[in-house]
Amino acid sequence: MIDIQNLNVVFGSGADRVHAVKNVSCRIAGGESFGLVGESGSGKSTVLRALCGLATGWDGEVTIDGEALEAGARRSDAFYKTVQMVFQDPYGSLHPRHTVNRILSEPIAIQGLDNPGSRIDEALQQVGLGEGFRFRFPHQLSGGQRQRVAIARALILKPKILLLDEPTSALDVSVQAEVLNLLMRLREELSLTFVLVSHDLAVVSHICDRIAVMRNGEVVEEVTADDLARGQPADRYTRQLLLASKGYDRAAIDQFEDFG
Amino acid sequence: MSDLASSSGSGLKAWLTSENPGSHLQASCSRAYYAWLDFAANRLALLGLIIVGLLIAVAAFAPLLATASPIAPDLTQRLLPPSADYWFGTDELGRDIYSRIVYGTRLTLYVVVLVAVIAAPVGLLVGTSAGYFGGWVDKILMRITDIFLAFPRLILALAFVAALGPGIENAIFAIAITSWPPYARIARAETLTIRRADYIAAIRLQGASSWRVIWGHVVPLCTSSIIVRVTLDMAGIILTAAGLGFLGLGAQPPLPEWGAMISSGRKFLLDQWWLASIPGIAIFIVSLGFNLLGDGLRDVLDPKSGD
Amino acid sequence: MSEPLLSVRDLSVSFDTRKGVVEAVRGVSFDLGREKLGIVGESGSGKSQTGRALLRLTPPPGRVSAKTMTFDGIDLLGAPDRQLRDLRGGRISMVMQDPKYSLNPVMTVGRQIREAYRAHTKVSKSGAKTKSLEMLEAVRIRDPERVYRAYPHEVSGGMGQRIMIAMMLITDPDLLIADEPTSALDVTVQLQVLAILDDLVSQRGMGLIFISHDLNLVASFCDRILVMYGGQVMEELVAAELHNAQHPYTRGLLECLPQVDSRDKDLPVLTRDPGWLL
Repeated sequence: MIDIQNLNVVFGSGADRVHAVKNVSCRIAGGESFGLVGESGSGKSTVLRALCGLATGWDGEVTIDGEALEAGARRSDAFYKTVQMVFQDPYGSLHPRHTVNRILSEPIAIQGLDNPGSRIDEALQQVGLGEGFRFRFPHQLSGGQRQRVAIARALILKPKILLLDEPTSALDVSVQAEVLNLLMRLREELSLTFVLVSHDLAVVSHICDRIAVMRNGEVVEEVTADDLARGQPADRYTRQLLLASKGYDRAAIDQFEDFG
Repeated sequence: MSDLASSSGSGLKAWLTSENPGSHLQASCSRAYYAWLDFAANRLALLGLIIVGLLIAVAAFAPLLATASPIAPDLTQRLLPPSADYWFGTDELGRDIYSRIVYGTRLTLYVVVLVAVIAAPVGLLVGTSAGYFGGWVDKILMRITDIFLAFPRLILALAFVAALGPGIENAIFAIAITSWPPYARIARAETLTIRRADYIAAIRLQGASSWRVIWGHVVPLCTSSIIVRVTLDMAGIILTAAGLGFLGLGAQPPLPEWGAMISSGRKFLLDQWWLASIPGIAIFIVSLGFNLLGDGLRDVLDPKSGD
Repeated sequence: MSEPLLSVRDLSVSFDTRKGVVEAVRGVSFDLGREKLGIVGESGSGKSQTGRALLRLTPPPGRVSAKTMTFDGIDLLGAPDRQLRDLRGGRISMVMQDPKYSLNPVMTVGRQIREAYRAHTKVSKSGAKTKSLEMLEAVRIRDPERVYRAYPHEVSGGMGQRIMIAMMLITDPDLLIADEPTSALDVTVQLQVLAILDDLVSQRGMGLIFISHDLNLVASFCDRILVMYGGQVMEELVAAELHNAQHPYTRGLLECLPQVDSRDKDLPVLTRDPGWLL
């Protein structure tokens, strides 16, 4: 479904040149759930932004659903119906002056689809929001409800691939659980392919089957979630991340290495 | 709007404050209602709104409110002081100053509305395009804006009127041409922050064209700060129009334009103070009203103060 | 245990808003000795407002009331503003979430630490510098001289938070209030910063109030935990006994966390009971 070969992303030039993603390659099958995990500055979100076309300065070979992509070129309408994205901050990803109805009807209008009313109802139902939410403004919604609206907006074009950029890291843990359950259910019902980016090893291994661990723009290791659950990743950096995710342990911290 | 809020029975109020609006109209009304509550809490802003409301009402009902013709001279009644017959006195041609002030509101409003209608959209369009596209589009548009910004407003207006000939339409055109650049700058600055927001990225990922993003998503967010700025600029526009009138380059006699009235009244300032003072007070009150209104609107509409 | 360092009874914080009075904190009571106390809760639980109220930093129009709120015999509610200013940053310090907003961007790191020290102690400029450099070393900054001369934008987030800790601990406070001090940092950096904080707190025998949304982190870091919800304390626990938590809210928070080593299909969802808030 997604084939990435030697993806490189470079921002800026001269002294400000940042090589954000270095030679990343991976292959994601249809219906699979793939995770990218890493700390800030690891380039995990940049990979996602290059895939969907928000970051333009990349090179490498990227094929999504049979369509070879070019950096900087406008994507086809078919692309937007195949790939959709959910963003990290539910407070910043909904237009503050638009009602839920307007937010959901925009993609329908852009792609010229019929029956906007029933499509909106369906999408709201899929994410577990009732009719009562349809004409609310974002400021009348809680963080979890906003993220549901953002997921509904991504689903309304019936994509095959959902790119998830830290979809729960701005939410409280109890709300995170609800959103994660929702994502799992939707993936099953709609046979979606997920690419999830997160700094939280537990979230990634809960949702994903295969996980690429990134550091400084490079993939240091690709592990399966089962291997991770057994606590046996091969790479030292991954092991340290895994250890850190278990909570505070004074003795273990002194063993931490600085991977810079 | 004020009627709506004060006369609201429990039914209307419940409709407005409903947590689950049933239609887009109800959601918008509810939003406006809360903005109104914020606005109404500010006494000075309310005063400004009342002044501007009065200006509009007086302009609309001028023929009913005026006691005499604003332009027909009556040389037997020259330079009379304020009295029961002539509330604000008469001028050097025996015209009733009260009636001239009343009809003058129409000219003031005409200037203000036309300038706003011309300058604000031009500024918005130039600013949002420059901010959204960036690169060479930004460079060219903003350099043009800089050129217009570099001229002192009154001088450029003078030059235009001198070239096009005196008259109120040319004065309006000249003022409009000099007042859009600040709006373009504001709109560009706001667009630069808005374009990085995730909701803009999201709409682009749905395949929206640049124009759709600008008109449907960027412009509505810039509009409120432009409205605030335009309202605050109204006082300046009225003063510029009055200044042009005073110099004889704006509205031409016998039109009852306030600036022109001050200009012709200044010859009599020492002995017949009301000729120049009354239109001066009118300009002062209306400018103050717009300023107070603008301040109040800023508190309610400014996106930086949050939702 | 002898007389507690900090004693709070029936602390309430309320805000007047257009939609009526919002009670952010409702009747919170606790005692703190020279130990690490964690306050955990989700957003809106009142945990941060509790921390701020202790130093009377509640933003207007908030109102604070309490039966007692004493720090080492000083009545924090009734103390005159002058006395409270001396306490703040002197005997009681506070570390906030994001160092980016807590450090002055146009002043060097060294000067800020030095000034913080001199505001509360009579000491010469050079004496303050020596002490500041010592403090930077104590938070394990490798090149204290360089960092001393640096501006806040020249240091990383983890370094910035270490600098904040150095600045807050230089006056040798008896109590440190840390409000989500490491939430903006990466996990490994977060743990390293906490380790530094942990060492300093135990060396100096301070009391620490650690406010966080992360139940697991707090449980592994602190001695005791207060679990807050809706402005009230749901449950008070010894950290090591977290797995024996009784309250359904605490249990719910624990269970809804995804785990690396147990990949169950559905996470249990927390159902809130209005009866918890009395």
